Amino acid sequence: MNAAVWHALVSGPLRAAPGRSLLAVAAIAIGVALGLAVHLINASAAGEFGRAARQMAGEADLVVQGGRTGFDEQLYPVIAKMAGVDAASPVLELEAALYGRRDTLKIIGIDALRAYALQPQLAGVGNGARIALFDADVIRLSASAARALDAAVGSTVTFKVGMQPLPLRIVEILPDASYRQHLGLMDIAAMQWRFERIGLISRIDLRLASGIDAETFRRQLQTQLPPGVHAVTPQTDSERGLAITRAYRLNLDMLALIALFTGTFMVFSSQVLALLRRRTQIALLRALGVTRSTVLGWLVAEGALLGLIGGLIGLGGGYLLAVQAMALAGADLGADYFRNLNAELIIEPLTLLAFLGLGIAFAIIGAAIPAWDAARRQPASELHARDDNDTLHRPKWIAAGLTTMLTGALLSLLPPLGGLPLAGYGAIALLLIGAVLLMPALTGILLSPAKLTSVPALELGLAQLKATPRHVAISVAAILVSFSLVVAMLIMVLSFRQSLDSWLDQVLPADLYLRAAVAGETALLSPEEQQHIATTAGVASVAFTRFQSLLINANQPALTLIARDLPEEDLPRTLPLTSPPATLLPDSPPALWISEIAAALFDWKIGQTVTLPVGGTARTLTVAGIWRDYSRQNGAAIISRDLYRSWTFDHSANDAAIRLSPDTPAAAAELALRAALPANAAIEIVSAGTIRKISLGIFDRTFAITWALEMAALIVGLFGVSVAFSVQALARRREFGVLRHLGMTRGQISAMLAGEGALTASVGALSGLAVGTVIGFVLIHVINRQSFHWSMELHMPWLQLLVLFTITAACASVTAVVSARSVMRSDTVAAVREDW
Amino acid sequence: MPHNSSAMLSLSHLHKTYPGPARRSILQDVNLELSPGDYIAIVGDSGCGKSTLLNLIAGLDLPDSGSVKLHNREITGLDDNTRTRMRRRDIGFVFQAFLLLPYLTVLDNAALTLKLNGVTHREAQRKAYAELSAVGLTEAIHRFPGTLSGGESQRVAVARALAHEPKLVLADEPTGNLDTDSADVVLRLLRERVKAQRSIGILVTHSSAAAATADRIYRLHHGALHPA
Repeated sequence: MNAAVWHALVSGPLRAAPGRSLLAVAAIAIGVALGLAVHLINASAAGEFGRAARQMAGEADLVVQGGRTGFDEQLYPVIAKMAGVDAASPVLELEAALYGRRDTLKIIGIDALRAYALQPQLAGVGNGARIALFDADVIRLSASAARALDAAVGSTVTFKVGMQPLPLRIVEILPDASYRQHLGLMDIAAMQWRFERIGLISRIDLRLASGIDAETFRRQLQTQLPPGVHAVTPQTDSERGLAITRAYRLNLDMLALIALFTGTFMVFSSQVLALLRRRTQIALLRALGVTRSTVLGWLVAEGALLGLIGGLIGLGGGYLLAVQAMALAGADLGADYFRNLNAELIIEPLTLLAFLGLGIAFAIIGAAIPAWDAARRQPASELHARDDNDTLHRPKWIAAGLTTMLTGALLSLLPPLGGLPLAGYGAIALLLIGAVLLMPALTGILLSPAKLTSVPALELGLAQLKATPRHVAISVAAILVSFSLVVAMLIMVLSFRQSLDSWLDQVLPADLYLRAAVAGETALLSPEEQQHIATTAGVASVAFTRFQSLLINANQPALTLIARDLPEEDLPRTLPLTSPPATLLPDSPPALWISEIAAALFDWKIGQTVTLPVGGTARTLTVAGIWRDYSRQNGAAIISRDLYRSWTFDHSANDAAIRLSPDTPAAAAELALRAALPANAAIEIVSAGTIRKISLGIFDRTFAITWALEMAALIVGLFGVSVAFSVQALARRREFGVLRHLGMTRGQISAMLAGEGALTASVGALSGLAVGTVIGFVLIHVINRQSFHWSMELHMPWLQLLVLFTITAACASVTAVVSARSVMRSDTVAAVREDW
Repeated sequence: MPHNSSAMLSLSHLHKTYPGPARRSILQDVNLELSPGDYIAIVGDSGCGKSTLLNLIAGLDLPDSGSVKLHNREITGLDDNTRTRMRRRDIGFVFQAFLLLPYLTVLDNAALTLKLNGVTHREAQRKAYAELSAVGLTEAIHRFPGTLSGGESQRVAVARALAHEPKLVLADEPTGNLDTDSADVVLRLLRERVKAQRSIGILVTHSSAAAATADRIYRLHHGALHPA
C-alpha cells in the first residue's frame, strides 16, 4: 500500500507539476548555497587566522604583549629569568610600509637561537642561510609573501622607514609549511636598528617548565608587568584578533540564512497551494483507508525529498560560489579585515552534512504545517470540495501575529549576548513571523476598499483576490518576507552611507591630507619634515597627527590613541560628538575624547576618569566627550598632541591635515610639498574629496556582498510568487477556459493576471515597507549598535524605495503572467472538457 | 440541405478529422441552416462528435474543410482574437457544470459578458438584473455561486448566456447535473428566453425529454447530421 500511497500522494503530483517542485528545490538550493558559501569563507578565514596566530606562538604557553607600539626590551631578561620559565623568546613585530607601494608587509624580528626552541618550523630554515639571519641587511620571506611581491632569493625588497627607503636582500624563501601568511623574518636586533625601534619589542613568547600551571603563572606575572603590557594565552591572543570580525561574520551568516528562511517559506507556500489543489485526492485516500499519520508522513517525506535534492545542489553551488567569492573579494568578502592572510577554502564533511541537514530541516518545516493541515481534515466534507473554492478555514491569527511581533519588539530591547546581537536577530525573526501571521487579516483589510469597475479584466482580477484571501495571503507573505528584508537593508545601508558622508564632511575639514605612508607603522614624519611642510608656500595652516596603539585590556583589541595637533578648545568643534561634552574642572585630569566604539568596548562614560598606558606609563585622563568614528572598529581616543609629546617625547607624526591659502591651487601645493620633503619619499597627498571617494568606495565594496545576499532573498521571494501563481493557474484552468468561451482574449486574461500580480505584490510590498522600516530600525539601533557599536541617523530613502516597489510589482506581474502562460496556452475546450 | 440566404447560422460541408496516429473522421459533410428564433436539439451517442460540432460553431476549433457562417460572416477564416470577440458579442454558453465564477456574485456573473462587451458597469448591472428577474433570481443577486443550488446555478448561467442578447445560444447538457424538477424549469426558461430574444438556440443533450422541448431534433450519426 505504501507504494500506492507514495505514488498517489507524492510522486504523481510531483511529476504532474515539476515546475513547482523545481522552484521549491531551487529556493532551498539557493539558501543552502549562500549559507554554505558564506560559512566556508568565514570559517576558512577564521581558521587561517587562528592557525597563523598559533603558528606565531609556536609552542609557547603564554605570550607577554603590549600594543603595536611595543614595550621596553628590558622586560625580557627579567621575565626570562623568572622561576618557572623554561624558554623565552623576544619578538618585534611590525607592519612595515613598502616603499613606493600602497601595501605593507608584516615583519617578525626574532632572536634566532631562542626562537628555535619555541618555533619548530624555523628548523626548516637552510643551514647556510641561518648564518645570514644575523646579517642586518637581509630578510627571509614566506612563500606566499614572495609570490605576492614577485620576489626571488637574491633580489631586494624595499621598505619605508621614516621617509627613507630601506632595501633588504632576500636570502631565503621559507617553505609553505613554515608560515602560510604573507610575512618577512629578520633578526630582532637588526630589525630594531633598521626600523628605528631600538630598545623596543612587541612580545615575549614563553614556554613554562613542566608542572607549572599556566593560568596561575599568568596571573602572578601580570601583577609584575608595566601598564599596557599583558600576559595572555596564545588562544586569547588569537581570539582577540578574531573578535573584531565576529559580528561581521555573524551578520553575513544571518544574511545567508535569510535566503534559506525565504526558501523555507517558499516550500511552505507551494505545499499549501498544492495540497489545496490535491485535497480531494487526499480525502479519497483517507476514505479508502489510508491513515492520517500515513498521509502526514508521506507529505513530510515529500518536503524532505525536495530539501535533500535542493540541499545537494546547494552544496555544489555553495562550494563553487565560495571559490569564486574568495577569488573576487578575498577571505573577508571585501571588508578588509584579513589583510595579508593567505586563506584557502577548507571543506569539512561535517560542515557539508550540517548544511545538507539544514536544507532538509528547513524544507520539512515548510512542508510539515500544510501537511498536518491536510491530514487532519475530515474526508467526508473534503470529497465534495472544489479546487477553485477558497473554502478552507480562514484563520485570522491576529492575536498570535500581534503577540509574536510584540515579543519581537521586546527582544530588541535586550542587551547583546556574548557580545553578539542574538536577541536582535531573534527580534527580526519574530517580527517577520508575526507579520506573516497577520497577513490573511491584513490582506483582507487592504483589499476591501479597492474597487474597479471600468476594466473588466482588472475587475475580475480584483474580485478573484478578494474572494481567495488565503491564496493571496500566501503570495503576499512571500513578497512581504523578502521585500521587508530588502527594505530594512536599504534603510540601514543608505542611512549608514548618508551618515558616513556627513561624518566625512566633519572629519575632513582640511584641503589636503599628507600621509607618511598609505599603511603600516614604519613611515613617520620627523620634526624637521613637519617644519618643512608647515613652511611650504601656499600652506596656510597644518595640523599633525600621531597614532599609537594601546593594549588596554588583554581580551579587547588594542585602542588607537590619536594625538591631534589642535588646541584643546577646538576639539569639541571639530569632532562629530554624539552628545554634549563634559565641562572639565580646572584641576581635572586632561581631556580624553573617546569614540563610541571605545566607550562601548571599555564601558567608559563621559566625565569618568580613566588610566591609559601612554609611553609605558599609566596616565590619568578624564573622558570629556564621545565622538562618532566609522574608521576604527577597535576603538579610538583623542588627546592633545602637546600633551602626548610632553608625556612621550615622541615628536614624530603620521599624518598632516593641511589648509591652503585661498589662492593656492591644490595641485601646486602638492608639488611644493613633495619638493619640500626628501626625494622619492613616496608620501601620499590626497584631497578631502579623494579620501571621501575612497571611503565611500570601501563602504560600497563592503556592502556589495550584503546586497548580493539580499537580492538572492528577493529572487527567492519572487520564486514564491511564481509558485503561488502557477499552482493557482493550474487550479484556475477551467476558469480561464470559461472566460475564453465567454469572449475574453488571451491578452485580457494576461492583463487580469498581471493586475492580480501587481495588486498582490503591492499589498505585499506595502506591508513589507512597514515591517521593513521597523526591521530597519532594529538593524540601525540594535544590530549595528551591538555588533559594531556605532550610531547613525535614520534616512528614509524614499526614491529608492519607490523604485524597488515599482520593480517588485512589475516583476510580480510578469511572474504571474509567465507562470500562467502554459495554462493559458492549453486547449480552451479541454479546460472545460467534462462539460462538452 | 438547400441554401437559405436569410439563415443566421449556416454550416456547410463541414469535415473534421482528429489528428494523431489513429486518425478518425469525426464530422463528414455536416450541413445546417438556422434562422433567428430557431431552437433545435442535437442528440447522438457519446463520442459521436456533438462537442466537436459545437466547438466549430463557436469558433473554438476550426474545421478541416467546409464553412461556418454566422450572420453571413465566414468565421473559419478569422484569427483567434476576432473569433474571440465574435464569441463575446454573438454567442451565449450554458455548460453542464454551470461554470459560474465562484468569486463573483450572482449579479456580477450575469453581468460579466455585458462588461466584456464594453457595456458600462451600471448598464451591465441593470440588464443583468433584468435577465435574472426573467429567470426568477432577483432575491439571490448578492449571493455567491457556492451558496446556490444546482438549479439556481444553472438559471444564473442561463441569465449570463442571454444577458447580452446573443445571436446564438449553445447549451451543452444543461440539465445533466440537475434533478427532474430543476431540469424542467431550466429547459423552460432557456427556451422562453431564446425565443423572446429571437436568438438561435442549439441544445445538445442525451435526454429525450430535454430534446423534446426543441422545435426540431437532429441526430448526429457517423459524422453526419440527420433530422431525427
